[in-house]
Amino acid sequence: MRTMAIVRRVFKQMLRDKRTLALMFLAPLLIMTLMYFLFQNNTTQVASLGVHHVDQSVVNVIDTKNVTIHHYDSSQARKMIKQHDLDGYLTQKNGQLTITYSNSNPTNTSLIKASLQSGLVKLKMKRLVTVTKKQRAALESQQAALKKLTAAQTQATVTKLKTAIAQAQARGDQATAEKLQKHLKQATATTSSSTQSAKATSYTTKSHYIYGSSDSTFFESFLPAFLGFFVFFFVFLISGVSLLNERTTGTLSRLLATPIRRSEIIMGYLIGYGGFAIIQTVLTVVFTITVFKIHLVGSIWLVFLTNLLLALVALTLGIFISTFATSEFQMIQFIPLIVVPQIFFAGLVPVDGMASWLQAIAHIMPLYYGANALTAVVTKGAGLGDIGVNLLILVGFMVVLTMLNIVGMKRYRKV
Amino acid sequence: MATDYVIAKQVSKHFGHQQVLNQIDLTLPAGMIYGLIGPSGAGKTTLIKSILGMEVVDSGTVKVMDTVMPNRAVMAQVGYMAQSDALYETLTARENLTLFGQLLSVPKIKLAQMIDYAAGLVDLTSQLDKRVSGYSGGMKRRLSLAIALIQDPQLLILDEPTVGIDPELRQQIWTELNKLKDTGKSMLVTTHVMDEAERCDYLMLIRHGIALAEGTPAALKQQYAVDTIEQVFLKAGRMQDANDGNR
Repeated sequence: MRTMAIVRRVFKQMLRDKRTLALMFLAPLLIMTLMYFLFQNNTTQVASLGVHHVDQSVVNVIDTKNVTIHHYDSSQARKMIKQHDLDGYLTQKNGQLTITYSNSNPTNTSLIKASLQSGLVKLKMKRLVTVTKKQRAALESQQAALKKLTAAQTQATVTKLKTAIAQAQARGDQATAEKLQKHLKQATATTSSSTQSAKATSYTTKSHYIYGSSDSTFFESFLPAFLGFFVFFFVFLISGVSLLNERTTGTLSRLLATPIRRSEIIMGYLIGYGGFAIIQTVLTVVFTITVFKIHLVGSIWLVFLTNLLLALVALTLGIFISTFATSEFQMIQFIPLIVVPQIFFAGLVPVDGMASWLQAIAHIMPLYYGANALTAVVTKGAGLGDIGVNLLILVGFMVVLTMLNIVGMKRYRKV
Repeated sequence: MATDYVIAKQVSKHFGHQQVLNQIDLTLPAGMIYGLIGPSGAGKTTLIKSILGMEVVDSGTVKVMDTVMPNRAVMAQVGYMAQSDALYETLTARENLTLFGQLLSVPKIKLAQMIDYAAGLVDLTSQLDKRVSGYSGGMKRRLSLAIALIQDPQLLILDEPTVGIDPELRQQIWTELNKLKDTGKSMLVTTHVMDEAERCDYLMLIRHGIALAEGTPAALKQQYAVDTIEQVFLKAGRMQDANDGNR
């Protein structure tokens, strides 16, 4: 009953604070939209490469859709890169290609590197093909000459044998005649052996995608993690600051001068702000699915459930952290300390590849579990059984923090 | 003989090295306005919080309504007005009153009636549906008082109730407090306005956590042979300093 009084109060306060409401509900949509457009067309990145005195055949193969070629009349790479704002400069001296990278943008450097490498491989292949063709022609002419020679030889043997057979027959020597006949057959058989050339198989690829499609973008793979992050971030901030306000204005102390239980206050907060977190989650998820046509493989209810748990962890964490802040400004200072590091462990960088001590840190970050579960549900269609452990760990975080909060309020009232 | 609402015995409390309360005895019977006077930092608010059960005392006992404090359930029988206006500014006065009424388990049917009564008492009836953020300092103080009255408690603990309230309204509030007293309610009031001290039935002077003197205003004036409570206060303070110096 008293809990519901707190819940009603939280709702009334939030609904009157239009700016906070807008921040909570519209800011995630705005950022998502921005991210959608930013990460959507990440394949059209183009690097500019200056070339000087390079064989046209080389230039032709490097000239891909990711690299634009500019021709210059100077061999001073450093100067030309600076002068024309190039990403790389390629020069040639006899057979030696020299490339200088600006490297101010590592992505462009690797684009050029990749184009150059694949171009050179292509060139080598081409050369190899022409060489083989020539060799084959030579081989074929040799074969023809050989054939002619053997044909002539066979012909000679055949006529020789034939006359020998005729002579043997004329002599009445049947046995010798048969032997010679056999020789004759062998001689003619060798000529009929055909030259069979091996036919090379040419490979084509056909792609199948287990998760997503060929249209999957960077945005789509990180979207689930960001869904979790937004809920976490805003709920953390809003609940932390509002409880801090209660402390600084004295209303918390005033509340505790009534027979309310400390746990009733915390539960009121959990339900009140949890409600707004649900609305925020539903809004963000529905928005991304309908507007950006994001392919959701798993159950949308699991997405809501995971986000709700994340929100409750953020809520209890925000309330807990606000104990250590004496003003809103100090509360903001906890964002780079508590919230921002979480995003690094949310799947943007694969945790499996991290150093072991970093992996240990990842495992104390609530967002690591939440984002992993969300990613599994959204992209792989994981079920409750697959993400159950993650959800339980989130519940664990929530329970521990709630207990700490209830105990922490003893500062204001001893019972 | 009416019962004693508050009985505090030998209450001591310290924060760090500072002794905030030093063996205070306080008995508040039914139907009395008990004044706590003393300079800022004397320990008045700490004493009040100890009586409410929000602070745990180092030694001594506090009983409210025959129950040893701290006790959560007894808090419902005490109307409390804090020194600072602890109000939800984005809510209206009515919503603030409703919230605290609910927290104090005022029955739903009675709540609207109590809100009207409490608001009428502090002259806020016409402003009830205005948000508190638009209130003046005096209005906030009055609303805090109304909240203390919302559950119609037998015991009121008022920490500086009339700060920032204009003289006319202050007069009005004291009249109301006296009316409440006549119905058998008791009030524990802190103040450092000396003319208010004169209106109390019984006074305790606290300075540096020590109860310097106590008695009815008339008895105190007689004891210190002065004309006003202010002079009692000053004289008692000087005597305390002299004693400290001798030690």
